[in-house]
Amino acid sequence: MALLDIRNLTVGFDGPAGRVDLVRNVNLQIRRGEILGLLGESGSGKSLTAMAVLGLLPSRMKISGEILFQGTDLLGLSEAKLCKWRGNKLAMVFQEPLTALNPAHTIGRQVAEPLRLHKRLSRRQAHAAAVDLLARVGLPRPAERAGDFPHQLSGGQRQRVVIAIALACDPSLIIADEPTTALDTLVQRQIIELLVRLVEDMDAAMVLITHDVGLLAETADRVRVMYSGSIVESGPYDRVFEGPAHPYTRMLLQALPQGAAGTGAPLRPIPGRVPPPDCRPTGCSFRDRCPQAQADCERTPVPVELEPGHEAACLLLPQVVR
Amino acid sequence: MPNTQISSQPKVRRLPSLRPNLIIGGLLATIVVSAVALSLVWTPYAPSEMHIADRLQGPSADYLLGTDHFGRDILSMVMIGGQNTLFASFVAVAIGVTVGTAIGLTASAFRGWVEELVMRGCDFLLAFPTILAAIMISAATGPGIHIAITAIVVYNIPVFARLTRGAANAIWARDYIAAARIAGKGRALISVRHVLPNVMNPIIVQTTISFSSAILAEAALSYLGLSVQPPAPSWGRMLNEAQPYLYQAPFLAVYPGIAIAISVFSFNLLGDGLRDLLDPKMSRAR
Amino acid sequence: MIAAIAKRILIWAVTIVVATLLIFLVLEILPGDIAQVLLGQEARPDTVAALRESLGLNLPAHVRYFDWIGGLVVGDMGTSYTYNVPVGTLIAERLSITIPLTLASIAASIVIALVLGIYSAVHHNRIGDYAVMALSQAGIAVPGFWLGLLLIVLFSVNLGWFPASGFPGWHSGMAEASYALVLPVVALSAAQAGVLTRVIRSSVLDVLSEDFVRTAKAKGLSGLGALYRHALRNAMIPVVTIMGLQFAHGLVGAIVIENVFSLPGLGSLLFQAINQRDLIVVKNVVVVLAILIISINFLIDLLYLAIDPRLR
Repeated sequence: MALLDIRNLTVGFDGPAGRVDLVRNVNLQIRRGEILGLLGESGSGKSLTAMAVLGLLPSRMKISGEILFQGTDLLGLSEAKLCKWRGNKLAMVFQEPLTALNPAHTIGRQVAEPLRLHKRLSRRQAHAAAVDLLARVGLPRPAERAGDFPHQLSGGQRQRVVIAIALACDPSLIIADEPTTALDTLVQRQIIELLVRLVEDMDAAMVLITHDVGLLAETADRVRVMYSGSIVESGPYDRVFEGPAHPYTRMLLQALPQGAAGTGAPLRPIPGRVPPPDCRPTGCSFRDRCPQAQADCERTPVPVELEPGHEAACLLLPQVVR
Repeated sequence: MPNTQISSQPKVRRLPSLRPNLIIGGLLATIVVSAVALSLVWTPYAPSEMHIADRLQGPSADYLLGTDHFGRDILSMVMIGGQNTLFASFVAVAIGVTVGTAIGLTASAFRGWVEELVMRGCDFLLAFPTILAAIMISAATGPGIHIAITAIVVYNIPVFARLTRGAANAIWARDYIAAARIAGKGRALISVRHVLPNVMNPIIVQTTISFSSAILAEAALSYLGLSVQPPAPSWGRMLNEAQPYLYQAPFLAVYPGIAIAISVFSFNLLGDGLRDLLDPKMSRAR
Repeated sequence: MIAAIAKRILIWAVTIVVATLLIFLVLEILPGDIAQVLLGQEARPDTVAALRESLGLNLPAHVRYFDWIGGLVVGDMGTSYTYNVPVGTLIAERLSITIPLTLASIAASIVIALVLGIYSAVHHNRIGDYAVMALSQAGIAVPGFWLGLLLIVLFSVNLGWFPASGFPGWHSGMAEASYALVLPVVALSAAQAGVLTRVIRSSVLDVLSEDFVRTAKAKGLSGLGALYRHALRNAMIPVVTIMGLQFAHGLVGAIVIENVFSLPGLGSLLFQAINQRDLIVVKNVVVVLAILIISINFLIDLLYLAIDPRLR
């Protein structure tokens, strides 16, 4: 059984001109010990999917589908029950470590908080555990630094603290939403390596959300590519990156500075932008930007299985794959 | 991030809520100002005209809002009473805006110790309440409308100096200012030509809000007898004079107060509405 | 931390010195011949000269200033010209009404504003929010002294529940004395609660949209838990800033309200002194008020340091 099983997740709101869906029919499974990359540009709906799993979407958002975590549908839980999962078995690492930490509390207190909340540790026990956690995420002199406030730390150190908060209660699933976007390139690599090592140590699973294809290399076991609220391609990392099936995935890979994995193809940025969710084209929502678009693309694409575990949602697939 | 789509939503929702502020505020302010303006040329009775036989009467067809202890027509007094309040508030806020903005622009143009001095001075003046300043000055020079004006000016100069300096500092960091400086324009010219027009919006909003607090301050000062002197009627003093008659004629204490409250309310609403319109970043502040 | 505190102590001291200079300038230099002011224009020249001599007005201004400050430091404010009692005693007696009145109204306005402001922020853009905002606008627009008059008309004249004016004195018992302060406190706190409610609402709204509140929820805190443990403390930072101003307004408002309810506090003393041209009393009452306000702002600054670690 999958640890997390998202079925037909749709997230939207009632706008002035009718219902607008930001996430459309997303299906996603992740098993224990696995790292899943969720790849997409800004506005593709990947962060909203993560927020939906944690139940942190604004109340005006309308959600349908199922989010099964260890067999329980999180969408059917009351807020109080959901609180018992969050920060406990289900943890999140945020994008912007400076704003994700409370400037008025010491980092030790912030790391200790989930322990006090879920494990009911005493103040002293929680503090000791927090210092251990800070050591595990590689913060130098953790006992002293626990008394520091977030503004006294560097960006990379802050992100380590955010990770320590997520790890506090030995989660089975960590959702990392662009965990390195706010950091320097050098620090990015360190943080990703740290996350991967910790997830492996704990035999947990991680959803790594990013717009950076390079970050997923040597990290993700499987990949989901999102575009305009839908998953357009999914499969094992190697299969997707060596044989991208969807035109969008191919263009994403070509936009990579290294070229598509040593093929020597020139760097080609993707023209245009993700269409706003209230004015997507009918049918395939990528067809405005797709170089291969045809009249046929006005129909709505359905996922096609190319080989076991590798799917893509493109109407031209038989020709594209060849 | 998808937030671009989410965050556009509250703006859409807020739109309908800012219009009523502007419309109701503008409407009420127009009514107040026109009633007071009308009193310059016409009132039902001369405000000093006493009808001793009809003293302390409740509202009637002859005297729409009743009469006071001298038998003077309340409606006429309320209309005329607004003249001094609005005049003092207008003059004081106008001086406050002009001087405060000039000081703020200067502080921003020169920075360094000039700015530091101006800001410390502002902190000091802001900690000193309007009414306390008015009491002190009136003890030295005797009461009169100049007390209200001076005190309101003293309060408003730092308000506008701070506001202007903050907004102007942001403008000075812009590229087109650098371009103007490279072109050899002096600080004074840049301040007036380039900075001032770009900081006008928050100043306009604050002017409206200051006007409403000026009305409150003038009313309190004239209630205390520190502003306009008898026999000229004023809202605050009418309330003061109503106090001995609270048992016989409680209505005397009602109408001037309503006039004050509506004036303050209308300019506050107008300020809120203008802020939503002109200065959306600040729309929830204060 | 120590440097930050030292800096604030320095600012506090300098501000008080500037305030005393300003008060001295306005009340002793600006009016011209104080002896003449005290006695009125009709007084005989030799009487004026005698009073000038006894008040030490022939001395140079700086000597008089330092005499005054020296007296202030040791608690000697001179003798009231009209009451013929030490000004210090007079002020202390009157403060026993003004201070409780101010503090009670501030406490009341904080409690009301916290409840309404947080409620309004949590119910943002819903009907309850609009209702609270309308109420706070009304509170701001209604002048305190007029509200006081309306309260007297309603509760004293019509219902007879409260005394219309006056103060029985603390010696007549806490209960009875406090009872006389109920209407003044209500009149005084309405406008302050209006302003404060709006500040708290917008501050809580700002903080609720911060990422760290989302982090708190992701840790498993409930909405209210996140509000209580993470949002409120941060939301209080701008609120604390405005508290200093609120205290100043409360103190000055108390002076006005005392005149509405004929309470023998500092405010009525100040107005009697102005009417009787007792400039010595005026000068010292104003300086006491100024020192109180400046010191409260100083304490607020220290509190601010304690709440916001980024300032240390």
